[in-house]
Amino acid sequence: MRSVRNTWAVMKRDFKGYFESPVAYVFLVGFLALTGFLTFFVAGFYERRMADLEPFFFWHPWVYLLLVPAATMGLWAEERRTGTIELLLTMPITLGEAIMGKFLAAWLFIVTALALTFPIVLTTAYLGAPDLGVILCGYIGSVLLAAAYVAAGMLTSALTRSQVIGFVLSLLLCLGLLLAGWPPVTNMFVRWAPEWLVRAVAAFSFMPHYEAIQRGVLDLRDLAYYVSVVAFMIFATHVVLENRKSA
Amino acid sequence: MLEVRNVCKNFGPIQAVKGISFSVEKGEVLGFLGPNGAGKTTTMRMITGFLPPTSGTAVVCGHDVTTDPVESKRQIGYLPENAPAYGSMTVTNFLRFIADVRGISGRAKDDAVENAIRKCRLESVRQQSIHTLSKGYRQRACFAQAILHDPPVLIMDEPTDGLDPNQKFVVREMIKEMAAAKVIIVSTHILEEVDAVCTRAIIISGGKIVANGTPAELKARSGTGRLEDVFRMLTIGKEEETSHAQR
Repeated sequence: MRSVRNTWAVMKRDFKGYFESPVAYVFLVGFLALTGFLTFFVAGFYERRMADLEPFFFWHPWVYLLLVPAATMGLWAEERRTGTIELLLTMPITLGEAIMGKFLAAWLFIVTALALTFPIVLTTAYLGAPDLGVILCGYIGSVLLAAAYVAAGMLTSALTRSQVIGFVLSLLLCLGLLLAGWPPVTNMFVRWAPEWLVRAVAAFSFMPHYEAIQRGVLDLRDLAYYVSVVAFMIFATHVVLENRKSA
Repeated sequence: MLEVRNVCKNFGPIQAVKGISFSVEKGEVLGFLGPNGAGKTTTMRMITGFLPPTSGTAVVCGHDVTTDPVESKRQIGYLPENAPAYGSMTVTNFLRFIADVRGISGRAKDDAVENAIRKCRLESVRQQSIHTLSKGYRQRACFAQAILHDPPVLIMDEPTDGLDPNQKFVVREMIKEMAAAKVIIVSTHILEEVDAVCTRAIIISGGKIVANGTPAELKARSGTGRLEDVFRMLTIGKEEETSHAQR
């Protein structure tokens, strides 16, 4: 109970923190503009003449790749740079509670951005008769994907006092996890690497799990994948912060 | 009330603190003196639970910092070096957040925040963002955070560093007001401060205690009866040993 309350307190502060500066608004507008542009102009949402959101969800891994690190780069780097980490970690809460609070705050922030894309669902429903189950699945998959990105971004943020380094490291880490299972890349490797190896590496990637859920199949294995990625990143963040030598 | 038992801290091959032991009782204001890099901040960080000791421990009101960190942190109010605070928050919101993580809620939270604002004379800036405050006000905002929960133990790392003479006076007055009911530890390298507020002083050099006594006792150790001379006598020549960076 106390643990939930402490996590909640940290989450509340960090979530509100986004809105105390222009960061949140720049982020939200950027996210909506970018997803809108990619869906309507690049993927040709209208030209396809199909009432589904595939061209919308297709871009999420790439939009997140750019924007989620921007939202997570400050989580720990900023606390370390300004020294507030010394306040936070001398409060009567555990390191785990502080980490969970920050993770949930950043995740909730991305989910807020995602929730603001609801007009596209209304548009599709107005224009045709989309399968709402698939759309719901698409959103669930996107929320899970966001959790994985946020956890990875939080880990890299804990590694440094510089937000820029945090951003770049997190972009590289997420890009690696994306490309490892992206068909154009795996097809290239299949030519010279044994197939089992390519498949093993691809299994660590966000992509196959994201695509599986996008097809409208919510498999327990995909869910387990995201839970374990997030758990691993949170655990690694804990190890990193516990072993820091100072602020 | 507060007992430090042979704490040591190594940063890799560097021994920053080499076995420090002392105890402080209620009503005492302990001055923590020593040249820069002597291990003052590191020792305070171990007592407040920010850094784990390499060996040894501290017991705060019966709670061991290594085995029961959350409960021992509950007993402590801590003003870290340079008074870190969340710049984008207003003074009131910052203090309300501290109340949240300290588990103070409802009426008690409103009272605690109001009390701290009044004691630290922050009324005129309560709705201002912390990054817009002058150094003196920022120091007081962080001080307010430390006394918010009326802790039995108050630990302050260079609370008057960088303040003008008037602001120093205010901070010393606040310390004196609270002295009777609390255990207070104040680190400083301003020797006049020891005379002004401390009932006892410890001089640290090279990670070890080199003197422990009332200001009068310490002065008696030098022929001249001046604290500066005792300080120089005990700490000079150890510069080489302590030349490693404190952070």
